[in-house]
Amino acid sequence: MYSSRKICLPIIAILLACAANLAGAAEPGSFGYGSVATPAQIAGWDIDVRGEDGTGLPPGNGTVDRGAEVYAEQCAACHGTFGEGEGRFPKLVGGVGSLRDERPEPTVGSYWPFAPTLWDYINRAMPMQAPHTLSADDVYALTAYILNLNDLVPHEFVADRNSLPKVKMRNRDNFIWTDPRPDTMTKPCMNDCVNAADVRISSTAEGRNLTPRTTGPLDTMQQK
Amino acid sequence: MGRRRFLGLGAALTGSLAVGGKQAIADPAQESPPADAPWSQSIGAGVVDRPYGRPADTEASVIRRNVPWLTASAESSVSFSPLQDLHGIITPNGLFFERHHAGRPDIDPAQHKLMIHGLVERPLLLTMKDIMRFPSVSRIHFIECPANGGMNWRAAQMNSLQFSHGMVSCAEWTGVKLSTLLEEVGIKKQAKWAMVEGADGAHMNRSLPLDKCLDDCLVVYAQNGEALRPEQGYPLRLVVPGWEGNVNIKWLRRIKLGEKPWHTREETSKYTDLMPDGTSRGFTWLIDAKSVVTFPCPEKPLDGPGLYEIRGLAWTGNGKVKRVDVSMDGGVNWQTARLHEPVLSKALTKFTLPWRWDGRPALVASRVIDENGYVQPTIAQLRAQRGSNSVYHNNSIQTWQVKSDGSVFNVQLA
Repeated sequence: MYSSRKICLPIIAILLACAANLAGAAEPGSFGYGSVATPAQIAGWDIDVRGEDGTGLPPGNGTVDRGAEVYAEQCAACHGTFGEGEGRFPKLVGGVGSLRDERPEPTVGSYWPFAPTLWDYINRAMPMQAPHTLSADDVYALTAYILNLNDLVPHEFVADRNSLPKVKMRNRDNFIWTDPRPDTMTKPCMNDCVNAADVRISSTAEGRNLTPRTTGPLDTMQQK
Repeated sequence: MGRRRFLGLGAALTGSLAVGGKQAIADPAQESPPADAPWSQSIGAGVVDRPYGRPADTEASVIRRNVPWLTASAESSVSFSPLQDLHGIITPNGLFFERHHAGRPDIDPAQHKLMIHGLVERPLLLTMKDIMRFPSVSRIHFIECPANGGMNWRAAQMNSLQFSHGMVSCAEWTGVKLSTLLEEVGIKKQAKWAMVEGADGAHMNRSLPLDKCLDDCLVVYAQNGEALRPEQGYPLRLVVPGWEGNVNIKWLRRIKLGEKPWHTREETSKYTDLMPDGTSRGFTWLIDAKSVVTFPCPEKPLDGPGLYEIRGLAWTGNGKVKRVDVSMDGGVNWQTARLHEPVLSKALTKFTLPWRWDGRPALVASRVIDENGYVQPTIAQLRAQRGSNSVYHNNSIQTWQVKSDGSVFNVQLA
């Protein structure tokens, strides 16, 4: 007959081995796949900038005047000569004081909370046809120019890693960074929930002529 | 009597029996039985005639579609999934909605790498081969653009299911848990946030709380059993279950851990919700419970009085769908619909309800309740809280107006 001790000891040994394995799985490098990223490799891709304090902004600088030159060449075709936006491309300027209006205009001047985010976005995503091809100095210059178009900095402003985080953006304090939802509460009523006589259609998409067709080839309709 | 003459006689007979003024067509398919259709009297195409396969030619209308007037360019735009022609909870890969910010890159997977660095013990550079060696998981989750329904904030605008709700799709995703990768690099104690970034021209990047990364995020290379489609991030994307589409970074190439959020352009200038008092809500990641009746809908009207099956989809980023109610009278009375298995967390859920339509005008709507007891709101309730300029997160009840001729329109109720 087996004694309970004889059974228990191997079980304990197995359990200990399992625990060691589990602990091992959480250790860095336990799979050992891939290669450790070198500082040079990291530097090549490490482009992000933190909006709040500009952490990650590189050396370099740019003036408003230089920004005007780069802007005319790289940006004006879509964003308009003075940031007014061509067609449906985004406006970069204006809308100050409009955020409570029926038709608000959120722009760099009226809406964006952090200036370093502007440098980061131009650097990573613009110009649209050739993103991330501008020099750091030219991105600083464009940032200075667009901030100046929005009357956020004077004409003498020089954008660099120290000056950009200090620019006070108009809408900075109007963001709530914790989600307040759920912001509607309902009890799911099943019968006679509203007076049938009060059910009224307040708006209909019928006859609006905004909807592309959903059969046949793709529709190219434009808004009238 | 020759076969040809016999067929002709059949057509004449059918024609004379046609009712309702409908013209009979001399087409064997219309007459059978007894006639066999041509495809029953010939041999079809062999295997590998279409080595990959594609839908029947007659399904050519079932495609993703865009609203050309909505955006400045197709490279920074959206397309909508044809929900009116889909069945069940899985979106076919070619019909999954698209949202690009700098177009669809065509990436060579042999050259694609994922870098994980920042506040980690051991920064890593992983090839696709490396990533596919890690333990794999497969999970079914929806992805919804938070601007889905955004065109209906102010009023009922799009007379279409595809264009009012088509920025949601659902797939089985296969990849590695993000927590596995982060444990492999070793998370430093100060790390609280992750910055995730794509390899597209937008270098699209967002901040995510580390808790969510460790909870259920997936770094995936497959969608519905095959490699990701280029439009969905081939060769590698992030899936952030239940959270707004934009954080599900496609063409994922970099994850950096840090102490604070980055406040990128996509989480300040965009994907923030402007309130009537001029303040804005940021980091509103959660997709709240939402449902829609997919039949009937403007694209699929009713064909005369009789018995129909109302069909629809419900989903929530906050767990599972618990119940769906359907109203035919604009919300006066509701009936509970049947949920179809599987009912999965953060996945589309199918519901149905039989309905005998008497041919009178109706207002058809659905209302989902999630497992937390959250009830899908009306558009009026949402507007009372958020006005009509918040663009994102319109999860309101959709009402379809059914007219007595069976036609269906997108309406909103006072």
